[in-house]
Amino acid sequence: MDSAANSGDLLWCFSQVKGTVEEDVTEADIISCVEFNSDGELLATGDKGGRVVIFQRDQTGKGCDGPRSGEYNVYSTFQSHEPEFDYLKSLEIEEKINKIRWLKRCNAAHFLLSTNDKTVKLWKVSEKRKRAEGFNLRDGTGSLMHDVSSITSLRVPVVKSIDLMVEASPRRVFANAHTYHINSISINSDWMTFLSADDLRINLWHLEVTDQSFNIVDIKPANMEELTEVITAAEFHPTECHLFVYSSSKGTIRLCDMRSQALCDKHAKMFEEPEDPANRSFFSEIISSISDVKFSHNGRYLLTRDYLSLKVWDLHMDSKPVESYPVHEYLRSKLCALYENDCIFDKFECAWSGNDRYVMTGSYNNFFRIFDRETRRDVTLEANRENLKPRQVLKPRRVCTSGKRKKDEISVDCLDFNKKILHTAWHPTENIVSLAATNNFYLFQGRD
Amino acid sequence: MAAPGDASTDDSLYPIAVLIDELRNEDVQLRLNSIKKLSTIALALGVERTRKELIPFLTDTIYDEDEVLLALAEQLGLFTPLVGGSEFVHSLLPPLESLATVEETVVRDKAVDSLRTIAAQHSVSDLEAHFVPLLKRLATGDWFTSRMSACGLFSVCYPRVSGALKTELRQNFRNLCGDDTPMVRRAVAGKLGEFAKVIEIDNLKTDLIPLFTALAADEQDSVRLLAMEACGSIASLLAADDTEQLVMPTLREAANDKSWRVRYMVADKFTELQKAVGPEITKNDLVPAFQNLLKDCEAEVRAAAAQKVKDFCQNLPADNREQVIMTGILPCLKELVSDSNTHVKSALASVIMGLSPVLGKDNTIEHLLPLFLTQLKDECPEVRLNIISNLDCVNEVIGVKQLSQSILPAIVELAEDTKWRVRLAIIEYMPLLAGQLGVEFFDEKLNALFMAWLLDHVYAIREAATQNLKKLVEKFGLDWAQATAIPKVLQMSRDQNYLHRLTCLFSINLLAEVCGAEVTVRLMIPTVFGMAGDAVANVRFNVAKTLQKLGPMLDQSYLQSNVKPCLLKLKGDTDIDVQYYAVEALDVLKMA
Repeated sequence: MDSAANSGDLLWCFSQVKGTVEEDVTEADIISCVEFNSDGELLATGDKGGRVVIFQRDQTGKGCDGPRSGEYNVYSTFQSHEPEFDYLKSLEIEEKINKIRWLKRCNAAHFLLSTNDKTVKLWKVSEKRKRAEGFNLRDGTGSLMHDVSSITSLRVPVVKSIDLMVEASPRRVFANAHTYHINSISINSDWMTFLSADDLRINLWHLEVTDQSFNIVDIKPANMEELTEVITAAEFHPTECHLFVYSSSKGTIRLCDMRSQALCDKHAKMFEEPEDPANRSFFSEIISSISDVKFSHNGRYLLTRDYLSLKVWDLHMDSKPVESYPVHEYLRSKLCALYENDCIFDKFECAWSGNDRYVMTGSYNNFFRIFDRETRRDVTLEANRENLKPRQVLKPRRVCTSGKRKKDEISVDCLDFNKKILHTAWHPTENIVSLAATNNFYLFQGRD
Repeated sequence: MAAPGDASTDDSLYPIAVLIDELRNEDVQLRLNSIKKLSTIALALGVERTRKELIPFLTDTIYDEDEVLLALAEQLGLFTPLVGGSEFVHSLLPPLESLATVEETVVRDKAVDSLRTIAAQHSVSDLEAHFVPLLKRLATGDWFTSRMSACGLFSVCYPRVSGALKTELRQNFRNLCGDDTPMVRRAVAGKLGEFAKVIEIDNLKTDLIPLFTALAADEQDSVRLLAMEACGSIASLLAADDTEQLVMPTLREAANDKSWRVRYMVADKFTELQKAVGPEITKNDLVPAFQNLLKDCEAEVRAAAAQKVKDFCQNLPADNREQVIMTGILPCLKELVSDSNTHVKSALASVIMGLSPVLGKDNTIEHLLPLFLTQLKDECPEVRLNIISNLDCVNEVIGVKQLSQSILPAIVELAEDTKWRVRLAIIEYMPLLAGQLGVEFFDEKLNALFMAWLLDHVYAIREAATQNLKKLVEKFGLDWAQATAIPKVLQMSRDQNYLHRLTCLFSINLLAEVCGAEVTVRLMIPTVFGMAGDAVANVRFNVAKTLQKLGPMLDQSYLQSNVKPCLLKLKGDTDIDVQYYAVEALDVLKMA
């Protein structure tokens, strides 16, 4: 990365796009989350149809020095959640996968947690390369041999290698603990517990225990009419097992220490920026709602996304963010229209690069933004399958805000608000990013 | 044993052949059945083929459902005779090694259990040649699951191997204590205690205690709290001055740890720690530590400490026990009885009565009684129940009379609680209470409650009340039964509500057992006969069932002259269920 610092900006090249080309988008195909595993060899996506698709990085060149292909191929696909109906509350429970989180590896298999609105599931994804052969009563095709008298001796089958088969099997179901919709799951650095957060509560689970969970945060007021704030996201600290944060619709982030009390109603720290009276408007509260919060890999900083900006907070300073990046400031004048078409409630995610130097988030018109925290430079790129060849360098895009449009610029009024990049993920060690753009999912690779 | 693999046709081979094939059947249940009969397969194959074919096959197929793997891990622990005895026991190591690396904890633990069992069956040379290398492979494995499993095997190998290997094993153990993953550090912290027991005392001091200290100061509180499990074992191996020097600094830290979970663990292990460190350190260190835990800011910690109050006080050195409790512990308890958290109060209520034998009559009356009375009036029923259920401790010291005036309102209130589970709980304590309070008090104050319970609208309460009635008769004797219990029961046979008439029958069923034939025939059976003409079929067939139950205690002539006509009448009933039970009763009583 040092060379990049010297030579300036990263160049981003198109690597792959997955998903159908058709304009007609099937609702079930819309991607609802993307997540790399801890070494970046696998990438999982979840969709509104309850499916999880796992991609594996091209294995050629693995373990050798020198650059590796950044391409990912389908490794396994499985149906994680099915639509359900809660008869007691007369509520439909969608199968949409809200979040996927990978567990640290404990053996040759891979494990991940996937969640919809109500139920978290633990999945095992394993490779099978063996099959038993040489039975007593079955022949090669598996049909039974009926002639009992033909058995003159006992055979013990032997195990032969076969072609690779990848199996996904459900291992545990963590259900019945959430009254509201689950928005986040996060695995603790103790590798033993995880949290699940809904609008008003956060529960703590043991990965091996499905019949009980502990409530660690509950912000439900005694009278629901007094409700002023909901939990929007929650995450554990990457190394300190007792710390976690949760963000709220009021734009605050609370850091809690599980050591001090069993119920973490009292936060250890609250991160909040005083509102700028100059910008105060009808939409102030809506746009200050935090849609995602992520710890940096080193655990020192928090990255938050609100509607118009991306902010980096130092855990040691709760009065204001240390860095603040406008994502699409040009939309400030369009809030009224965005309110009317409900876009103002879109929940954009954000991501850190593996070395914490860059931060990334999505925008409209299939734009995504990458900010270099060292040089304070930023770039707007577009995920678009037209005119893209592998390894082609992406041209930065610009949105024109004044009346006069320069060449290569796009006017604010021409942005397509139906094309939005909500879900983004950055490879844990390399400059590879993956983005979900409606039913397509893109991979881009950075080049110094 | 017949030579296996014999070329002649043999029908007896067929079932075995099926079992072998089903080891890899599609259906998990069949695979599981087959694994559970693995010893049958092994017997048929003989020891040599078991070693050379079956075990390698099993080793290769370890990618199954957890329940199958669990059964396999369990079976292999018992397999030594089937592979040819202790001489060949090491042939079982490969499949168990694979099982010890799977992700499922229960399977891994079972594999480790089996490995620990068969370790003892290895000769010293086999242990060094086969088992120790396996332990080392697991301890240095790529995946943390194998390293976790390794932690449990040190204590079974270490005492039996040569000095050089001992040194290596200690090094392996040390590496595991410094493992990158918290999972392994937790596993090794959990096994520190048992390893301490088999290691030489010098190595314990120089090697293991520094490791213990490091784990107890781990950055992850989940590791620190498990290290506390080893604290007691280690302290019990050391002389008092070594404990003071080597263990106490760590224990003091832990009792004041930032994390409530670690403090909880200290509170939870407090009695073991107290026994391990001995009286002198207890007096100087543990008493103040215990006071702090009782005053902890986290309710879970206070509850765990409150639970230990009785044991801690009982185990204090006798010379100044009373003084320590009176000045050190009692003030804390006075605060706890009005704690804001019900779990804390309830935990205290379950043990506080146990202090009276320790403190004696005068202190109990003066200091403990007010606390009991406060808890008896607590708003939470569980707290009151816990006090009432432990009355016997106090009864021995001061007699229950001191308390009875306060107990009565508490009992009545619980007996009428709106939650039926609370009513159920108090009913279950009634026989005990009745024994403590005596028959007069009972007749005078509690009789009315009884009737209310028998007529409760929840079946579970009515059922518990009938059971209770039986226990009371056992306690108070036949005279009381005839004078008090039976008349009340019989009265219910004329109740408007058929459910209450049923309760009458159920009570007769139970009372007959304790009252004997004479009283049953004289007082209760006539009522049963009377109910055979009840308007409700459900009552009538319960008459048949009751007669069937009582029949064996009655003499033949009575059966023939009185019971049989009644049952024959029921046999001719219009209701099919009544007929059924009447026929069944006639059949059982051999009167058909």
